Amino acid sequence: MSSVPENGTPIRNELFAGRVRSAWLFLTPMIVTLLIVAAWPLSRSIWFSFSDASLGHFRDAQFYGIKNYFKTITMDSGAIHHFGVLVDPAWWNAVYNTFRFGIVSVTLETVLGLAVALVLNANFKGRGFVRAAILIPWAIPTVVSAKIWGWMLNDQLGIFNDILLRLHIISEKIAWTADSNYSMFTIVMVDTWKTLPFMALLILAGLQQIPGDVYEAAEVDGVHPLSVFWNITLPLVRPALMVAVIFRMLDALRIFDLVYILTPNSSQTKTMAVISRENMFDFDKLGYGSAESTVLFLILLITVIAYIKIGRVNLEGNN
Amino acid sequence: MKIKTALTSALLGMSFMAASAMAVDLNMVSGATGGDLAFDTAKLADFAKETGINVKLVPMPSSTTDQFGQYKLWLAAGNADIDIYQTDVIWAPQLADQLVDLTDAAKDVVKDHFPSIIQSQTVNGKLVALPVFTDAPALYYRKDLLDKYKLAAPKTWDEMAKAAKTVTDGEKNADLQGFVFQGNAYEGLTCDALEWVKSNGGGQIVEADGKISINNPKAAEALERAKGWVGTISPKGVLAYQEEESRGVWQTGKAVFMRNWPYAFSLGNKDDSAVKGKFDVVPLPAGGEGGGSAATLGGWNLAVSKYSKHQPEAIKAILYLASAKIQKANALEQTHLPTVVSVYDDADVKAKQPVLVKWKDVFLAAVPRPSAPTKTKYNEVSNLFWTAVHDTLSGNGSAKDNLGNLEAKLTELKGDGWK
Amino acid sequence: MKRSPFWNFMFYVFVACILIESIFPFYYAIITSFKSGTDLFNISYWPTSFSLENYRQVLFDGNGSFLQNLWNSLWVSTWTVAVALTLGTTASYALARVRFRGRGLLLMTILAVSMFPQVAVLAGLFETVNSLGLYNTDWSLIFSYTIFTLPFTVWVLTTFMRDLPIELEEAAIVDGASPWIIVTRIFLPLMWPALVTTGLLAFIAAWNEYLYALTFTASSQANRTVPVGIALLSGSTAHEIPWGLIMAASVIVTVPLIFLVLIFQRKIIAGLTAGGVKG
Repeated sequence: MSSVPENGTPIRNELFAGRVRSAWLFLTPMIVTLLIVAAWPLSRSIWFSFSDASLGHFRDAQFYGIKNYFKTITMDSGAIHHFGVLVDPAWWNAVYNTFRFGIVSVTLETVLGLAVALVLNANFKGRGFVRAAILIPWAIPTVVSAKIWGWMLNDQLGIFNDILLRLHIISEKIAWTADSNYSMFTIVMVDTWKTLPFMALLILAGLQQIPGDVYEAAEVDGVHPLSVFWNITLPLVRPALMVAVIFRMLDALRIFDLVYILTPNSSQTKTMAVISRENMFDFDKLGYGSAESTVLFLILLITVIAYIKIGRVNLEGNN
Repeated sequence: MKIKTALTSALLGMSFMAASAMAVDLNMVSGATGGDLAFDTAKLADFAKETGINVKLVPMPSSTTDQFGQYKLWLAAGNADIDIYQTDVIWAPQLADQLVDLTDAAKDVVKDHFPSIIQSQTVNGKLVALPVFTDAPALYYRKDLLDKYKLAAPKTWDEMAKAAKTVTDGEKNADLQGFVFQGNAYEGLTCDALEWVKSNGGGQIVEADGKISINNPKAAEALERAKGWVGTISPKGVLAYQEEESRGVWQTGKAVFMRNWPYAFSLGNKDDSAVKGKFDVVPLPAGGEGGGSAATLGGWNLAVSKYSKHQPEAIKAILYLASAKIQKANALEQTHLPTVVSVYDDADVKAKQPVLVKWKDVFLAAVPRPSAPTKTKYNEVSNLFWTAVHDTLSGNGSAKDNLGNLEAKLTELKGDGWK
Repeated sequence: MKRSPFWNFMFYVFVACILIESIFPFYYAIITSFKSGTDLFNISYWPTSFSLENYRQVLFDGNGSFLQNLWNSLWVSTWTVAVALTLGTTASYALARVRFRGRGLLLMTILAVSMFPQVAVLAGLFETVNSLGLYNTDWSLIFSYTIFTLPFTVWVLTTFMRDLPIELEEAAIVDGASPWIIVTRIFLPLMWPALVTTGLLAFIAAWNEYLYALTFTASSQANRTVPVGIALLSGSTAHEIPWGLIMAASVIVTVPLIFLVLIFQRKIIAGLTAGGVKG
């Protein structure tokens, strides 16, 4: 759907130029705000990544080249060692963990979110109540919900093991956060629980945008509900869905607080943002941690661009 | 008159205080909690009455990792709004650059404190923080259960494990655990494991002269012993436990032994506790030959920021809070271990807090974490250590291999010397 | 739509599953909030004791600083939403309805702002906040929260606005209406589902933010927000975690949001039908 009249009469062109002028006028406040809020902090982070900055002395940091990313040291013995983020196994392990987490959780959340949104879009008694209720997990601050889950998942005192034992799903108490076999599963589960409302609500808003008579017409024609979903609902809700997935993906690949609170030091769940924070704050290597953040930024950028290309998300808004 | 001044200034706020030359407002950040916070507030109110210096407490979350990151950032950015920082015993070398040297100001009182604690707060000959209380863990044991099986409080780790097994086997209660400790991969595990290693004669990870000593058979033996507990006398979940999880299991009567800090003593004796009156504490067990009991040194200190605009007043305030008088009150009201030696012999303390006197023995066997020799690298050293220990306890590699790897990583980290 | 009884039944089973899944942890928080002491360590599925002591302590001990925190959170979150929606609506109109060069690039750049982990920009953001003289004020938070609410708002609103039919605007353009009139008179009334949804999500994001709130404020009374307030709840001794208090505080914090949703959910349902733009 083209939103702007194509080339036409001179009057139209003049109108068009006027529209572009006011468009920039409309954009300026947002751009200025983002520049103030984001430009300095972001460029500082990138600068730190090329410096020897430590948290204790970040204001007098010295230029350090790419040594945070990659450096070669020749030992007295003649052996050559490589250091830096790009050859750091702990970092690549974190990248692997993050993607494992991101792909599983975003897929799960999208599918479930779509299902929940469809339910909430249907007419039934108590819809308002259900709609408010599903938002609860999102509404509880992560600081708190991670603690609630940590408490429920405690192996001896937690209710989660108790329920599973009563239902005979497990035969002995499981240490969900400590056992390296389960820790990633646990993080995915809690994250899905927490962010499902976000997905469901965004998709629901997309569904609301679909005019009701489209469905009425389909029903009159006797189209099978599955076919309605596949051929009408999904294409119409796709733009909203794509944007929801982008933002979920960005959040998932930057996941920090849940892991930080539930399983802060497990190498099975340590993600890119967690390891970056660890280097910046705990180990006082602001430069190194910033280099990790910068690589994370690049990885995200590539991922999102690939997603937009492959998913054919329409940035320009023209067909 | 002074009381009236304080009152009026509180009422009239800034305008009046500007006129009164005496009144100064200071901010002190502290991760202290509940009773401690109330205690500090009350004592600071007294201090304001005496001196006209108002110290306002800015509470912080109790997670020490979070506090450390914040303080570091605030200090690095030259935050002039915070005058006094309450610091963990291991932070001194890492924050030293931005803290005021207290050597002169405290020269009359340092000799009253335990020398080892003063030493831990001295960096390159500069005293950066004054201790307000110290902390050291002990072994909690269920007197009633040990008596039932005619067992004495254990003196060595192996005795402890054997006693735990005897009791749990005898009780036939699936919920009863033998021993709970802090096995999560975090600073607490460094404390626990340092005690196992040190008490087994395996050194203290990095020695005072900076030598990396952790890769030795005694240390490996100590870790293998601890690994043997997990899944037998200790639940597998202990690998996720911090202090509160251990206390949760213990206080509901589901454990025979627990390694924990003094705070669990008074909580365990509350009316709603399942173990009230049924337990006691002894110093942590020793390892085999060549080892004695070892307890990791904890505790809190006060430091003045270099960026404070009221340094003399701030120093006055911390001298007050670290004084023998306040430490005695802290011992009596909050059951905290004083750092001033004479307070342990005080008649009131002996009469009202016998447990503290008992804890003096624990404290005398205290071992510091290697924060002084490893300087700004301590957090990374500790992280590498607890990771190696956690891997060993979870069965990823033998203690010998993991400690070998750890030594290599520490050597790399040390480079040409700890900085 | 009509459904067969079987599917109708399955539908309600699914609804029930969603409800249990969403509510159970919150329910568990509520029953825990009535407990205290060692009772906290005992597992129970039904309320075993009923005491409002935890709520009283959270709200009124500590000189009512928690109430003040609630108020601060409300203030900060409302402003954050207002800023994000105002800037977002005008910007997304330009991005969605006007064709100009570099539109895709601009959208991508806006998105890129959200690609740095929040912890990574902390040091730089702190400097900015400090140099603007905002440290320890509410504005430091409103200001820093736009870094994550604005890109999100712009993107979602742009998608929505792009899908609105072109006929809407054409008539207005022919009538000589200015872009401002077009946005406020024609688009705004149609945007309710998207505005309410993004506003709500931005509100919750601001309401729950912890790291910036802890770093940029240092006075528990004047400007700390609720998540920090909750993190500051402490037991009587170090190491002790006051589960009862934390749960009570969580319940208090969550309830206003539930009300907010109940109030605004009619607007979410409203949809296009209200605008009279069928087909």
